[in-house]
Amino acid sequence: MITLTNIRKTYAARGGGAPVHALADIDLTIGRGEVFGIIGRSGAGKSTLLRTVNLLESPSSGSVTVDGVEMTTLSAAELRQARHSIGMIFQHFNLLSSRTVFDNVALPLELAGMAKAEIGRTVEPLLDLVGLADKRNRYPAELSGGQKQRVGIARALASKPKVLLSDEATSALDPETTTQILHLLGDINRRLGLTIVLITHEIAVIKEICHKVAVMEGGLVIEQGPVFDIFAHPRHPTTRSFVDPVINRGIPDSLRDRLSPQPGLGSNPVLRITFTGEKATTPVISAISRQLNLDLNIWHGQIDEIQGAPFGTLVVEALGDTAKVDAAIALVKENNLGVEVLGHALPANH
Amino acid sequence: MLSPQIIDLLIKGLIDTLHMVAVSGAIGTLIGLPIGVMLAVTGRGELLQNFAFNKVMGAVVNMTRSTPFIILVVAIIPFTRLIAGTSIGTSAAIVPLTVAAAPFIARVVENAVREVDRGLVEAAQAMGATPFQIIRKVLLPEALPGIVAGLTLSAVSLIGYSAMVGAVGGGGLGDLGIRYGYQRFLPEVMLAVVIVLIVLVQIVQSTGDLIARRVNKRNLKS
Repeated sequence: MITLTNIRKTYAARGGGAPVHALADIDLTIGRGEVFGIIGRSGAGKSTLLRTVNLLESPSSGSVTVDGVEMTTLSAAELRQARHSIGMIFQHFNLLSSRTVFDNVALPLELAGMAKAEIGRTVEPLLDLVGLADKRNRYPAELSGGQKQRVGIARALASKPKVLLSDEATSALDPETTTQILHLLGDINRRLGLTIVLITHEIAVIKEICHKVAVMEGGLVIEQGPVFDIFAHPRHPTTRSFVDPVINRGIPDSLRDRLSPQPGLGSNPVLRITFTGEKATTPVISAISRQLNLDLNIWHGQIDEIQGAPFGTLVVEALGDTAKVDAAIALVKENNLGVEVLGHALPANH
Repeated sequence: MLSPQIIDLLIKGLIDTLHMVAVSGAIGTLIGLPIGVMLAVTGRGELLQNFAFNKVMGAVVNMTRSTPFIILVVAIIPFTRLIAGTSIGTSAAIVPLTVAAAPFIARVVENAVREVDRGLVEAAQAMGATPFQIIRKVLLPEALPGIVAGLTLSAVSLIGYSAMVGAVGGGGLGDLGIRYGYQRFLPEVMLAVVIVLIVLVQIVQSTGDLIARRVNKRNLKS
């Protein structure tokens, strides 16, 4: 649906300094109907990147195609036409204070020259969709933040776009309202098959509704892929720093103190077993103890849900000899679960 | 007390003042409003960034605004004669008043338009609005409370300026105050003129404030 190829954005520095690279060699492909998240800290370039999709920012070089249309070579009039099929919502809503809820949602249709009666027929169902039918004659100043964003969403959907760009749409909202707005966006994505590209600095937003994610830092995409994979196996330290607070992959400090990288006298290996997707329900622990007669001492367990799929980790101390432990590891792998030896637990001090 | 003749003169002066202020204010708005919008949208990083236009138009506006009004009145007498056919009287006075009002209004409109949140322009651009649509559907309606407040300020200034056009026989309340109150030593006429002007300015200001509040939907109580 959206393809960004080799996108660069360079600003000439004021006062003749070295030029600033806001975006460097970005390649992204966003499929039809996907919810694609771009996460990064402020200044990472995510806002600039999002704006290249509808060419509010024109890239210094590279290609942007949306629904098969190369955006960078369009004339001003063609670009305006193309923008009718790309909706956008904003952190600060950007509603016209002088217009009622109804008239705000009607604005893009007025701009497109739609007849008044048809505007009414288009706007009413949208107000129902976002749950604001009773507020149609209110002004934005009379609405809460969440309601304002609902108006923003209805307005963005008015011209029946194929793509919705979301610029930190929930960053000015409280956690509860954020959840409601994200549910609304997820609902719209499923019901209308709308492709959504959102930028955020909140990993919880990615975890909640995105299918795929790109992590940005310093104008670069440092990691991208399906949300589940990125959460389960973050590679880049920045990605890890985003993921760790919401997905507990580690083990508590008190247990870590007992771990040694090398086996010692009377030590037992400590394994981390990761369960992903539907395999999270495999009864592998009881299988190990039954089939191998190996006792497992559970240290720490955690189960999360990413994109509706369970993701669990279990840290266990294997109380048995090397042969049995190796057999256990093999058995875990046979079940297509992840397993790694974290270290060796020394006997507790007596 | 005031004699009936003086009362007649006060009424005529008030009508002349209202006439001059209304006509010069209306024409000044017709000229100043589009110039103000153009100044706002051609500035750095704005919708229709155009340095040349912005600098030249800004310089013209500043030139008129930095000339003291009484000098402007005398300096443009040939122009006044060309437009009004005469350089004396109420109609003639409307010309310098308009010349002074238009750039003043242009600046207050420019400020009001600049106050509009940049995000609204971006949102309209993202919807595929043309620059003209953005001006008409976004900038002007959103700037309206500020424009109304600015026009009120302009009207009050014009009432003040209109007192000076007596210098070219412009008539009006200011002229009455100078000729009768000052030159003929009739302090009660001067007092009456001042009171009428104070009341007039109050009415203009209150009406302007009321309209500005009515069109401002930004601070509604839910």
